[in-house]
Amino acid sequence: MNILVCIKQVPDTNKVEVDPVTGVLKRNGVESKMNPYDLYAIETALRIKEKTGGEIWAVSMGPGQAASAIKEAFAMGVDHGALISDRKFGGADVLATSYAISQGIKKLGDFDLILCGKQTTDGDTAQVGPEVSEWLNIPCLSNVSKIAEIGEEDMTVEMDMTHDIEIAKIKFPCLLAVDKDIFMPRLPSYVKKQETKDREITIITLNDLEDKNEKNYGLNGSPTQVERIFPPEVNSHREMWNGTGTELTDQLVTKLKELKFA
Amino acid sequence: MNYKKLDQNDLAFINKIINDPERVLFGEKINEEYSHDELSDTQSYPDVVVKVTSTEEVSEIMKYAYENNIPVTPRGSGTGLVGSSVAMEHGIMIDTTLMNRFLELDEDNLTITVEPGVLLMELSAYVQERDLFYPPDPGEKSATIGGNISTNAGGMRAVKYGVTRDYVRGLEVVLPNGTVVEFGGKVVKNSTGYAMKDLMVGSEGTLGIITKAILKLLPLPKKAISLLIPFPSLEKAIGTVPLIIKSKSIPTAIEFMQREVIMDAEKYLGRKFPDNSSDAYLLLKFDGNSTEEIEKAYDSVAKICLEQGALDILISDTNEREESIWKARGAFLEAIKGSTTYMDEVDVVVPRSCVNEMVEYIHSLYKEVNIRIKSFGHAGDGNLHAYVLKDDLSEEEWEERMTAAMDKIYGKARELKGQVSGEHGIGFAKKSYLFESMDPATVEIMRGIKKAFDPKNILNPRKVCQM
Repeated sequence: MNILVCIKQVPDTNKVEVDPVTGVLKRNGVESKMNPYDLYAIETALRIKEKTGGEIWAVSMGPGQAASAIKEAFAMGVDHGALISDRKFGGADVLATSYAISQGIKKLGDFDLILCGKQTTDGDTAQVGPEVSEWLNIPCLSNVSKIAEIGEEDMTVEMDMTHDIEIAKIKFPCLLAVDKDIFMPRLPSYVKKQETKDREITIITLNDLEDKNEKNYGLNGSPTQVERIFPPEVNSHREMWNGTGTELTDQLVTKLKELKFA
Repeated sequence: MNYKKLDQNDLAFINKIINDPERVLFGEKINEEYSHDELSDTQSYPDVVVKVTSTEEVSEIMKYAYENNIPVTPRGSGTGLVGSSVAMEHGIMIDTTLMNRFLELDEDNLTITVEPGVLLMELSAYVQERDLFYPPDPGEKSATIGGNISTNAGGMRAVKYGVTRDYVRGLEVVLPNGTVVEFGGKVVKNSTGYAMKDLMVGSEGTLGIITKAILKLLPLPKKAISLLIPFPSLEKAIGTVPLIIKSKSIPTAIEFMQREVIMDAEKYLGRKFPDNSSDAYLLLKFDGNSTEEIEKAYDSVAKICLEQGALDILISDTNEREESIWKARGAFLEAIKGSTTYMDEVDVVVPRSCVNEMVEYIHSLYKEVNIRIKSFGHAGDGNLHAYVLKDDLSEEEWEERMTAAMDKIYGKARELKGQVSGEHGIGFAKKSYLFESMDPATVEIMRGIKKAFDPKNILNPRKVCQM
């Protein structure tokens, strides 16, 4: 089976600061890492490959430095990598991003299965994966928490829909967005890292794509206008209560009701 | 020893000092937890538990106890493993957990002054938020800092950073007669007379009660990377440790673990470890100020491991990966405890050059004594934790085989010029092994020190060097 995994490089911090003047994320001095959710997609790909054979591609879109995320995928066992990178792709919203990625994937060939993480830890939209499947005109399932069966023509998966588990059969080619903890992601291997040190990464620019119309990419191709980015308000309100166990319990229940938690 | 049995008058006096009925627990109000610690079967109830909130309270109670010849046992979170915080002679238990304030962060001297009831996890979080670092890292994060100082706790960063003792600059101590003294201070160097501060560190609550501690801090290293290194066998894994130490690279930690323990931890935590396909692992941690700096530092070690037969070197370089590994490592003790009916532990420490010999010896004991023994530990500093498990053995079988295993392990440690305890202490449970391994002249000096501090022997009696 030929599998493609979409990955993204994100800032290695959970405390991203926003420049109060420009409203842009301050990325200077912050180290990057692979989006943690994508590790689950890579692990899923590797487990499926162990069963069915085939090859795995990892694809990322971003600036040149995003190549290090692809190298990390190599160190986990991914076979090939491509980086969709062009200044003209900059400033893309989810629509333009998913379009550029789908164009890049078409360029790389035919895949039976495309895997994505649930979402990224910087954008947190969880939209790019499903939108890629739309552009490629293939079926898509999200919240995949278990691979139940892999057949010749299709596969059966479980989806965690919070209150219930949905079991679905999906025909190849298809796209799955996998949940956190579907498998425990393996760690990158030092040995594989050495072995793949010089492995080439395919670079895909606007000129390589079928649709070369600049207007469909980057800021030009993005209907979303970000008005403002700001850190959410942190509620540090604290109350100290004193009393006996019974009094405190009553007080707690009253408070929870007041806050509509109960 | 004839102590005065605590009576209503004594209780009334304590209540007068504390003036808060919720902080004086008596009779049935004393929770069962107070009768033992985390592991040892040492069990004994205090007559009264006093949850103190200030040095003055500790001092007044000590003074009263001293005048009236009532035994006193200090206690933190009760997470000890050798019975140090169990009231063997009953009497008064002083619980320090409410003395948990951060008193001063001195950024000019890089010190922090805390009360003894601050928990280790609270301390490390507090300083890390301020880009500072308190290196001692014992597995039990809910221990109090007072308890850590009293056992000279070591932990997982000892290879590079040393143990609790290396981070204690000064102590405020209430002596057994109630006098409040200060040992050491914010100074970096100190040659002023005997090292009183160092006598207190590791004295397991037998010389005085710590009511304040000045701790040394370091700047927080910006980045840490761990290497999880699978080996085909325990022998190969542990045999590599002396070579790593000899290579002069300094990881903060060198730990070894076996698949069984990893699987116990997976079960206990309900989450998977990143790898459990090999029989044995070394876990190394490096810290520094950038990924490049650390990669350079670990490269030679990685090559040594591969030459020695490591199956791979797995890299943990993000917070998520670090958590998935070290959280499991921190839960090993609880996980093993959960896998059996009852257990006893060994905390021997041997010179680092023969750590492999000690580990292999413990590993082979399983067959010889016919009892399940699990071990893991700080291979890099020679401190090994082995747990002898009771499982379905009868009391008699257990007693016999456990004693045989213990005798053999401590015997081997002696042969290798090791010590009875690396970081858990002697307390009540390990006294016999201390007596066996220590020169009687040294034990006599220890008893003399105890007598100088506590002539009436009312503070934590029957511990460490006393019969």
